[in-house]
Amino acid sequence: MRVLVVAEHDNQSLKAGVLNTIQAARKIASEVVVLVAGHEASSVAQAAAQVEGVSKVLHADAAQYAHALAENIANLVLSIAKEYTHILTPASTFGKNFLPRVAALLDVAQVSDVIQVVDADTFVRPIYAGNVLATVKATDAIKVLTIRTTGFDPVAATGGSAAIESLAAQADSGLASFVEQTLTKSSRPELGAAKIIVSGGRGMGSSENFAILEALADKLGAAIGASRAAVDAGYVPNDYQVGQTGKIVAPQLYIAVGISGAIQHLAGMKDSKVIVAINKDEEAPIFQVADYGLVADLFTAVPELTQALS
Amino acid sequence: MKILVAVKRVVDYNVKVRVKSDGSDVDIANVKMSMNPFDEIAVEEAIRLQEAGIATEIILVSLGVKACQDILRTGLAMGGDRAILVETDEEIQPLSAAKLLKAVVEKEQPKMVILGKQAIDDDANQTGQMLAALLGWGQATFASKVTVAGEQATVIREIDGGLETIAVKLPVVVTADLRLNEPRYVKLPNIMKAKKKPLDVLTPADLGVNLTKNLVTLKVQEPPVRKAGVKVADVQSLVDKLKNEAKVI
Repeated sequence: MRVLVVAEHDNQSLKAGVLNTIQAARKIASEVVVLVAGHEASSVAQAAAQVEGVSKVLHADAAQYAHALAENIANLVLSIAKEYTHILTPASTFGKNFLPRVAALLDVAQVSDVIQVVDADTFVRPIYAGNVLATVKATDAIKVLTIRTTGFDPVAATGGSAAIESLAAQADSGLASFVEQTLTKSSRPELGAAKIIVSGGRGMGSSENFAILEALADKLGAAIGASRAAVDAGYVPNDYQVGQTGKIVAPQLYIAVGISGAIQHLAGMKDSKVIVAINKDEEAPIFQVADYGLVADLFTAVPELTQALS
Repeated sequence: MKILVAVKRVVDYNVKVRVKSDGSDVDIANVKMSMNPFDEIAVEEAIRLQEAGIATEIILVSLGVKACQDILRTGLAMGGDRAILVETDEEIQPLSAAKLLKAVVEKEQPKMVILGKQAIDDDANQTGQMLAALLGWGQATFASKVTVAGEQATVIREIDGGLETIAVKLPVVVTADLRLNEPRYVKLPNIMKAKKKPLDVLTPADLGVNLTKNLVTLKVQEPPVRKAGVKVADVQSLVDKLKNEAKVI
């Protein structure tokens, strides 16, 4: 058995979720090959070669891989797919975008959002917003999986010394082209990789009020998240959303502030190690999953918490 | 241009599903079923493109049991022109759904297919991408804004960390994210009118598609229940618990 992991990166560094995906790959087989497709991304290939447990790195470098367009990445993966028994990638917007194309053209199923590897054919994945866990057996010769990175611990980023081989690029599909990207600029950790997340809901009341969460987040070195209600109200950008259709997170500490706790939100954070809820409504469903609940007005409790941590 | 919109009948998003006692499947007998919320957004987007003079005809397609006609009628009441149900009682996995939709696309020749980015039952997030691949088309997934000019669509996509804009040649598959639009409410007179709109019923065999089950569900179970913890009296005791009991700060 041989596993191919398609690496997510920004042409400069590997995304943290790749380390968790490699962990999942190692639970399937000992031979793990990492594909880095990018443009002027040799630093990424070098980083991948140092990851613990990687057998080989394939590096395809061409302008058409600069922005991970699904059509081009899928064609590249297809050019080598038959050499592998399993093809894995993180279940991020990067992986979700291109991997189903690979599965369809191989005429095999994809198993999305794998949270547990039972054996080489059998995987556990959440359905119905995480309210049900399904154990599924993939019967195809090549198993195509996206990995929910919160389900696996990361492997060490160093300690390996895999060889880097270059892989011939496939022609640009010409179907799509990149125009621009606007990434939310922040000096705080990424939501997907943060150890602590401070998240705000409708109870925050306004965009300006998120400043009190920012002060708390800065004190804790935390990322900032939000419920759908807060995003819909325009308090914060879309990519802050934690939940069924937003980001799935599992930090060491998740502090939910002014979040009532709809099941769609819980789907995105209930695997956090410790959950704190601060809400003035003591009936709020968030308290049913919180390890520590504080029934209080967030506008006094949050600044007080920030102060207490100083 | 013609736009085809794929809509799925799913357990209503307000229903908390239960697992059957033998763990073989989820129990969806007698629960409320609705159109997948992301597919409603897809239908709305097609209607807006028609109102903007870009789409000429909107064809709604659903795959599954006879009762899928209900959601097709809902889509027709929103503003779809006609509907197709590919009827089967068999389970339809994403790969088979993509093959059925491909066959319908080849018959109808739309310039754009819009689907929800994922169905809220199996949360697979695959069908649109698979369909695009099987057709050899470009794709624009997780769309939050769609603009069509000439033979090209410019789409703003929701990605981890922000937004990305891509230009894709027509024909194209677009999958709708949450903030593409806010679907309209259906008005009663339109529900009456929708009853008269054409709704064709086909079978997978009519389309020459063999439904395969590449994935076998061995069992389903409820995840471990997270127990409610304790209420703390004030901020100071919260800090104390986090430092000394949970040891996370």
